[in-house]
Amino acid sequence: MQRDTVASPIDETLRQAEADLLAPAGLDEQGLDAVFSRLLRPGVDFADLYFQASRREAWVLEDGIVREGSRSRDRGVGARAVSGETTGFAYCDEIDLPALLDASRAAGVVARSGGARALSPFRSGSGRALYRGDDPLASLDADAKVALLHRAEKAARDVDPRIEHVVVSLAGAHDTILVASSEGDWAADIRPLVRINVSVLAVSGDRRESGASGGGGRYSYSRFVEADRVEAYAREAARQALVNLEAEDAPAGHLPVVLGPGWPGVLLHEAVGHGLEGDFNRKGTSAFSGRIGERVASPLCTVVDDGTLAERRGSLNIDDEGHPTQCNTLIQEGVLTGYMQDRLNAGLMGQERTGNARRESYAHLPMPRMTNTYMLPGSDDPASIIGSVDRGLYAVHFGGGQVDITSGKFVFSASEAYWIENGRIQHPVKGATLIGNGPDVLTRVSRVGNDLQLDSGIGVCGKEGQSLPVGVGQPTLLVDGMTVGGTQA
Amino acid sequence: MSEDRNELPAAATLEQRIEQALDEARRHGAEAAEAACSGDVGLSVNVRKGAIDTLEHHRNRDLAVSVYFGGRKGSANSGDLSAEAVREAVQAACDIARYTSEDPANGLAPAERMAVDPPDLDLDHPWGITPEEAVERARACEEAALEADRRIENTEGAGVSVHRGLHAYGNSHGFLSVLPETRHGVHCVAVAGHGEDMQRDYWYTVARDPNGLEGASAVGRRAAERATARLGADSVSTERVPVLFEAAVARGLIGHLVGAVKGSALYRRASFLVDRLGEQLFPAWMQMVERPHIPRALGSAAFDAEGVATADSPLIADGVLRRYVLDSYSARRMGLETTANAGGIHNLEVQSGPDDFDSLVRRMGRGLIVTELMGQGVNLVTGDYSRGAAGFWVENGQVDRPVQEVTIAGHLGDLFAGIQAVGADVDRRGNVLTGSILIDEMTVAGK
Repeated sequence: MQRDTVASPIDETLRQAEADLLAPAGLDEQGLDAVFSRLLRPGVDFADLYFQASRREAWVLEDGIVREGSRSRDRGVGARAVSGETTGFAYCDEIDLPALLDASRAAGVVARSGGARALSPFRSGSGRALYRGDDPLASLDADAKVALLHRAEKAARDVDPRIEHVVVSLAGAHDTILVASSEGDWAADIRPLVRINVSVLAVSGDRRESGASGGGGRYSYSRFVEADRVEAYAREAARQALVNLEAEDAPAGHLPVVLGPGWPGVLLHEAVGHGLEGDFNRKGTSAFSGRIGERVASPLCTVVDDGTLAERRGSLNIDDEGHPTQCNTLIQEGVLTGYMQDRLNAGLMGQERTGNARRESYAHLPMPRMTNTYMLPGSDDPASIIGSVDRGLYAVHFGGGQVDITSGKFVFSASEAYWIENGRIQHPVKGATLIGNGPDVLTRVSRVGNDLQLDSGIGVCGKEGQSLPVGVGQPTLLVDGMTVGGTQA
Repeated sequence: MSEDRNELPAAATLEQRIEQALDEARRHGAEAAEAACSGDVGLSVNVRKGAIDTLEHHRNRDLAVSVYFGGRKGSANSGDLSAEAVREAVQAACDIARYTSEDPANGLAPAERMAVDPPDLDLDHPWGITPEEAVERARACEEAALEADRRIENTEGAGVSVHRGLHAYGNSHGFLSVLPETRHGVHCVAVAGHGEDMQRDYWYTVARDPNGLEGASAVGRRAAERATARLGADSVSTERVPVLFEAAVARGLIGHLVGAVKGSALYRRASFLVDRLGEQLFPAWMQMVERPHIPRALGSAAFDAEGVATADSPLIADGVLRRYVLDSYSARRMGLETTANAGGIHNLEVQSGPDDFDSLVRRMGRGLIVTELMGQGVNLVTGDYSRGAAGFWVENGQVDRPVQEVTIAGHLGDLFAGIQAVGADVDRRGNVLTGSILIDEMTVAGK
């Protein structure tokens, strides 16, 4: 896990964002005074503007041909006014003063009566550069992107003749954002994000199984060209599909479950992560509401949400309210220590902002969201953890998960799992959904491995219709009992 | 340019942009091109504990263009509808098409399939509600939930949403159409109980015409009833029992059928229903028909996303799979014809039996009613199904107790074949119209 930063002066980021987002519309700090005067009606506690320009592209190769390529551009600005617990919001998909004034008028109408807030002078914060702002879309020419897709396909097919169908997709985004608030925030970020995915279909007799793998982060495509990165993803996708061709029906019932390192950390994201987001706790609708200081996990468990990891998919230099991201400890040796907050919820709960305010785009409101959520390593050798299980499940890859914040119940679905008997891994079993109760599943963690891994960088989290890139991670874990949703009762 | 925030771009503007895009594509040498252009405006308010939580004004515009050069395809999008942005988007799409491969299946849908004289499906019913009125209606909805039962101690709010969109599509066959449509809704999320026994559930109503919405108070009360009914829920022991999918979740089950017979899954052979055309997948009494022209229905469309005219068409007849769900690309890949399903299915009606929900419960006798499903544990490649569930345990034909923290599992092929009944309680809030579905047996895993 690297924590060092790459060099890219913050002033330069801000200057570039101003040039890209404000200058074409003839806007500057002074020009925004008129906008804020519309937002800051009497009774409005704070207001902010979120300027964004984004460029995206996607390439898809399927069975040897580059089937699709697409590019998109979007820019706009969101205007928000907050009065107590009330938020008014409007946005425009063009950046110019008349449209912005109009959106600000619409957003400002939520104000109740009250005193008028003055606009604080803007001050630009100093930050760091966890990633380079260079345009990833331009980091390779189109021929090289196409060559990368072909390399991945070949690698997948070379694994085994039973690999019948291969789809490779490459996607990149370059986002420039600038946040201005009535509290004086004036901050910018330039965010690259790339991803490559390989999915395969393996066929043997009348059985067919899929496998998928991929990776990415806040860097340029050139990273995929290095070493055998894409080949490794392709081989991994093929391996999973081939393993699943041999899978037997999964067990059903309450069993010990060993979770492998890395992506199975989606457990933490669902079981505790969402329930610790400030909005649900402010509203008292989370199963974790009012439980700070209580034991919610075994003493072996320390869980953090860390937006400061260099080049990680879930990392940000600043959150979408301009606050620097942090490494926040959510659970310290089993005890609940903190929630993830944005400005609104932190303010209403009398807590500090934690750098977790995120939004899908200028057209969406910010909310407390996760960045990279993971559990710190313990001391056990992973092999000895598996060896300690008499009869149980060893799950190493998962699809998605979901949680009911209020009841605390969460699920996540295994896509590669094995039956353990007498401490030995036996045959692969079919994917099955695991279900548990967030506030107590971690109390049943009895072993924590020394093998912390973060996922490879393809996670997407959805909340109230907004999708965001996130990361997860964990060491190998043993959960003493979870409900496994197979078919073999 | 300061337009009224509630105003859509003029239909003529969208048509012009499409014509411009098609012209530019032709100038670049594309043999064929298609473009979709849309404008959407909306308002959504959410009220919590009587106060406005959020009041959001929405306004989006988008242009999407695809160009074809001898089987090579390129696409681009723009959120800006200026003439300059359209030019750039076409340029970008043409640039991309130099790098994509020749694929004989690429191209527009056949010219003779275009919807020449599309029927008016009565989908445009603007709701002239002011933000203040919307707030009042949301407040009434939440209040009804809070007053319905003293165990409703909290809510995640009640909301009202108003939406109108103008959608244009054109292609180089000369097809060009622009249609307005609306969609409005009221919803409420109620929270019952507290501490260790806290449950939330929701209810919503959605319609093209605001007059077709359920009353706000009724929505609030229904959310409250649903949430309180879940209090005290517990897991059950693992066993194989009948499972009754409440209509809202039964829709998802039929959605898996649609996903598995979709062209994009089939030509990749990534479906457990590959090569099953003409086979008996469901009991012989089951019928499913796509009816795209139901006036005011949410899934109605006179033509699909490629301009192909839609028409009533059976999908399952007497339990047999009669066709696939194809767009023109997947159809060509499979040597078939498009079924006018580019962009999805339009009102798939599952024929109901005479049973209402209570009589389905009686008929089940003993088993699990599922009212909520969690997670994505459905593998359409293999047909394996395993999802988290919550609902109610049934003994002697009556609801016995609420259930949570269980999974239900089986194979979709067996679930389809094992359908015992489809209820008369049809849920019309989506593209699939079905009543509750009773299945003979699934593995329920719990304690």
